[in-house]
Amino acid sequence: MKMLKGGYMGNKNKMETRNLNLYYKGFQALINVSLPIKENTVTALIGPSGCGKSTFLRTLNRMNDVIDGTRIEGEVLLDNDSIYDVGVDPVVLRKKVGMVFQRPNPFPMSIYDNIAYGPRIHGHKKKDTLNEIVENSLRAAALWDEVKDRLHKSALGLSGGQQQRLVIARVLAVDPQVILMDEPASALDPISTAKLEDLIHQLKSNYTIVIVTHNMQQAARVSDFTGFFLNGEMIEYDVTNTIFTAPRIKRTEDYITGRFG
Amino acid sequence: MMSKRLKEKAGFGALAVLTFMAVVPVVSIIGYLIWIGWPALTWEFLTQPPRKFLTEGGIFPAIIGTMALTVGTILVALPLGIGTAIYLVEYSRENFFTKLIRIAIINLAGVPSVVYGLFGMGMFVLTLGLGRSLAAGALTLGILTLPIIISTAEEALLAVPDSYRYASLALGATRWQTVRRVVLPVALPSILTGAILGIGRAAGETAPIMFTAAVVYTPRLPDSVYDQVMALPYHLYAISTEVPNVSQQMAFGAALVLLAIVGAMNLVAVVIRTKMRLKRMR
Repeated sequence: MKMLKGGYMGNKNKMETRNLNLYYKGFQALINVSLPIKENTVTALIGPSGCGKSTFLRTLNRMNDVIDGTRIEGEVLLDNDSIYDVGVDPVVLRKKVGMVFQRPNPFPMSIYDNIAYGPRIHGHKKKDTLNEIVENSLRAAALWDEVKDRLHKSALGLSGGQQQRLVIARVLAVDPQVILMDEPASALDPISTAKLEDLIHQLKSNYTIVIVTHNMQQAARVSDFTGFFLNGEMIEYDVTNTIFTAPRIKRTEDYITGRFG
Repeated sequence: MMSKRLKEKAGFGALAVLTFMAVVPVVSIIGYLIWIGWPALTWEFLTQPPRKFLTEGGIFPAIIGTMALTVGTILVALPLGIGTAIYLVEYSRENFFTKLIRIAIINLAGVPSVVYGLFGMGMFVLTLGLGRSLAAGALTLGILTLPIIISTAEEALLAVPDSYRYASLALGATRWQTVRRVVLPVALPSILTGAILGIGRAAGETAPIMFTAAVVYTPRLPDSVYDQVMALPYHLYAISTEVPNVSQQMAFGAALVLLAIVGAMNLVAVVIRTKMRLKRMR
C-alpha cells in the first residue's frame, strides 16, 4: 500500500482486518477486505446500499454471530489479537467494541436505567459508582444538561436526536475502546445531526470511531480516513481529504461525484 | 339504484345488528344466572360445607378446592410454559427438534379436555401413584393450559423488537441477561394476561378433574397436595346430574360463584396489563 499522508498517519492500528471474507448462506457479502483502523481517529465507511459496509462494521464486534448462517474467513484484529480466536468471548469483546445503531434504540426504561444497564450487567452494584458513571457518560455524550432533571423519566419521551445521544452515552458507560456507528444520523433532523457530528469530534480524543454513512458530506466533515465499499469489496482507502479531492480509482470518483449510487 | 349514502347506512346498520346479536347470549347468560342464583348467595352458602346430600348448606369446600386447583395450575403451567417459550424464541435455532415441539404444542391444543382427564388418571393418579389428589388435578390442568400459555408467551416475546436485543448484546450482555433484563420485562404484561386467561379457562373445566382430583362430597378442606378436594365445576356437574332434589337456586348460585372467580381473574389480568404499560411510559 502506498504511503498515506495526513495528520494521524502515525497513529497505531487499533483494529485491522486482513483478507476478510464473509459468506451469508452461500452469498459472499465481503470479498478480501483489508482495512486498518487507526487509534483515536474517525474512519468513515461509504458506498451504495448493499455494498457490505454495515456487514463489515458488524464483523468488528461479532454482531454477525447473532445471525444464523454467516461464516467468516480471514482475520480481524483488535490490538493485534484476533477477535475470532476460539478463546475469545464475544461478550467480553463487545464490552471493548461498542455499537450505535441506525435507529435510536433506548430500552423502555428510565434514562438512568438505560445508562446504568451496561455497568450493572458487568457487575457494578454500588449506587455511588453508578451515579457517577451515569453523570459522566451523559456529560460525555453532551446530554447531561438536557436530562439531568428527568433522569428517572422514561427514555422513550426523549426526541430522536436526544435518544441517539442517550444511546451513545449508554455505550460510553461500559467504557469501550472502539465505537462503531451504523448510519447514526439517518433518522435525525439536520440540527440533531449537527450536534451528533460535534459529539463525534469530541469523542475522538478518547475513543476510536468507525462510522458507516450514506451521507458523503458527513463523511467528509467528521472523518479522518475513508474507505469506499462497492459490491462487497473495499475499493479504496485513504485519508478522507484525499478520497474526496483526488481519489486514485475511477469508481470512487464516480461514486463521490454522484455518477452512480 | 341505491345511493352511496344509503348503502353506507344499510351496511353499518347490518353490522350493528350482528354485533348486538353477538352480545345477546353473553348478557342473557349472565343476567339469567344472576336472576336465579343471586338469592342463593347467603353468608352461609359461601362459608359452610354442604349438608344432606348436597341439597342444603353451602359450597365453601368447593370454592376453596377450585382456588387451590387454580394456584396449583399456575405453579405447574407458568414456569413450564414461559420457560418453553423463552427456549423456542430466544435460544433455539429452527431445526427438527423445535419443529417437533411446535407440532406437539399445536396438537396438544386440539386435544379434548376429557382426554386430558383420562391421561391424568393414567399418568398421575395411577402410574405415579399420586392418587386422586390436588397434585394430580393441578398437573392435569397444568398440561391442559400449557399450549395456550406457550403460544401466548411466544407471541409476546416475538413482539419485543429485535433492536432491544441487539442493543443489549452489543453492550456485552449475555443472552440470558438480555432475556432477563430487557426482553422479559417488556413481554411480561402480555405473557401474564395470556396466562391468566388460560388458567381462568382451566379453572372452569370439569372433565380433567373428575378422574384426577375432585370428589362429590367432602366437608374437609385440603391440607396437603395429596388430598382430594371438592371443586366448583364438578360440584355443578354432580348436583345437576347425579343428586336428586337439589334446588335450581343452589345450582345457579354455585355457577354464579364460579363465574365470579373466573371473572375476577380476568379482571386481574386487565389490571396487571394496564398498570405495567403505564409504568413503562412514565
